[in-house]
Amino acid sequence: MIYKETGQYNSNYRSDHAIFPLMQDKIAFSLLMLVAFLFVPFVVDSYWEKAILVPFLIYSMAAIGLNILTGYCGQVSLGTGGFMAVGAFSTYKLMTTYPDLNIMIIVIISGFISALVGILFGLPSLRIKGFYLAVATLASQFFLVWLFNKVPWFYNYSDTGQITVSERTMFGVPVTGAAAPPYATYLFCLVLVVVFGFAAKNMIRSKIGRSWMAIRDMDIAAEIIGVPPLKTKLTAFAISSFYIGISGSLYFAVYLGALEVTESFDIMAISFPVLFMIIIGGLGSMLGSFLGAAFIVLLPIVLKNFMVDLVGLSAVTAKHFEITIWGLLMVVFLIVEPHGLARLWSIAKEKLRRWPFPY
Amino acid sequence: MSLSKIKNIPYGKNIIELKNISLSFGGVKALTEVSFEVKRGEVFAIIGPNGAGKSSMLNVINGFYKPTSGKINFAGQERLQMEPEFAAKSGIARTFQNIALFKGMSTLDNLMTGRLLKQKQNLFMQALYFGPAEKEETFHREKVERVIDFLDLQSIRRTPVGSLPYGLQKRVELGRALAMEPEILLLDEPMAGMNVEEKQDMSRFVLTANHELKTTIVLIEHDMSVVMDISDRIVVLDYGKKIGSGKPEEIRSNKAVIDAYLGVSND
Repeated sequence: MIYKETGQYNSNYRSDHAIFPLMQDKIAFSLLMLVAFLFVPFVVDSYWEKAILVPFLIYSMAAIGLNILTGYCGQVSLGTGGFMAVGAFSTYKLMTTYPDLNIMIIVIISGFISALVGILFGLPSLRIKGFYLAVATLASQFFLVWLFNKVPWFYNYSDTGQITVSERTMFGVPVTGAAAPPYATYLFCLVLVVVFGFAAKNMIRSKIGRSWMAIRDMDIAAEIIGVPPLKTKLTAFAISSFYIGISGSLYFAVYLGALEVTESFDIMAISFPVLFMIIIGGLGSMLGSFLGAAFIVLLPIVLKNFMVDLVGLSAVTAKHFEITIWGLLMVVFLIVEPHGLARLWSIAKEKLRRWPFPY
Repeated sequence: MSLSKIKNIPYGKNIIELKNISLSFGGVKALTEVSFEVKRGEVFAIIGPNGAGKSSMLNVINGFYKPTSGKINFAGQERLQMEPEFAAKSGIARTFQNIALFKGMSTLDNLMTGRLLKQKQNLFMQALYFGPAEKEETFHREKVERVIDFLDLQSIRRTPVGSLPYGLQKRVELGRALAMEPEILLLDEPMAGMNVEEKQDMSRFVLTANHELKTTIVLIEHDMSVVMDISDRIVVLDYGKKIGSGKPEEIRSNKAVIDAYLGVSND
């Protein structure tokens, strides 16, 4: 009875097709946005920014990207790290080549460059599916990381192979570099995630989203209806890589500030965790992308706080436990709830609708 | 576009002509020199025992198989094969023998996929959504809702089709094809595995689509009472060859057809 939808009638197709058709959802989302934009920026400190909020937003962006490709279009990809690296290095090259260009524009151009690379590596998807495609995208992961490591032009011939961000401002406030205040980096990421989050949701509920899902569920029938398979798959690769590229760009410019490619964009550092995010969060669900990102960002922090501070384990032992618990959770999730946290949430909503009555 | 050409064909005139179509997979001959024509606005049935090549015939018509030889004359244009996408654009829709729905999507979304070819907004407008894309979406939703009304699918609008019972899935698949507003509807065993009531419903839907929307219907069906009741003309295939064609009453008394179905004794 808490989550009551009785009496809420949609009298036209427009409101029926809204992102949040229910009043409760609308209110909850508006409140969330109010808090995120008007409250959090005033109280956020450097710990919350660096440890929780900014990584959550950046990983959400990457998870949305991978979810578009894997969850909605059904093309399994292990190349997330590679495409994030493209975003990061594009940002670095653009920053150093055009010192006057606005950082927002740089980030978005980096997204477009990643999209082009994504199209290139998406070409095999016309011929191969499933596991075999996953292996083909794995090739892109290793190739791209190798490329950014071996070709000195990408890191401007620096001795260490590191790329380092320089300070850029938005409206006079630095958003990149060491001097950037926590609220600025947070808001910068938040605006991008909200804008592109809505764009993704809109695409998913429009023609292109239905084409992706049609290809995912039954490609032959989709073709007979008139969905062009190659074009649809490549669009998914392009848009997915666009989102992942932007997240890579933010990861480098806003979050880390300086990085080295083999360490930061390794398959174990990015590709697998982001894949876990969408599996734990929910394949083919926008909410799932956010829940998964939150889960993966928060889990190590919660576990560490619990084990080190409360139980008194040494940091190293805690780390070992963390990895074990991670793997265990993965297995449990795959068996118990393959549709992820998003499905758990919709089951909870069902329960809340009729609570306290059993049915 | 040839869709407008089809619209110019008067009802009762040939819309598809198949001339000497042969199709083989390696050494297996699925179809041998089959010729027939479908007239605009009729209900045309393809019947025959299992493995006679009926589904292959449909696959040839909508471009999924490329015939080894022969010609397809579709709306006045002659060709060996057309691409499935071209067939869809020219107003040919179909359903499958083994249901080919998009299982993870809701009934509504499945039907909306039938409108994909008619939606013209570009990617950017779709991402922006407000304005033209929303208007287009609403317009097509209205069209789809009419199909939902027609097929009585209101109560399962939001249900993922994978969880629907078989009979309803068949109906949703018909709905998806009808949402394309096709000129020609190819139905591959639309009533297979249904009980009598479901068959009656399905026959009613097919006939209404034919009468009200003037859709040309080509159907494959094994239930002879249904076929004899609803079709205007019938072609009979056996082992990939045409063994008879004509009106239902002619087929019923055709010696070759009876032999094919009941078997011939060699005494």
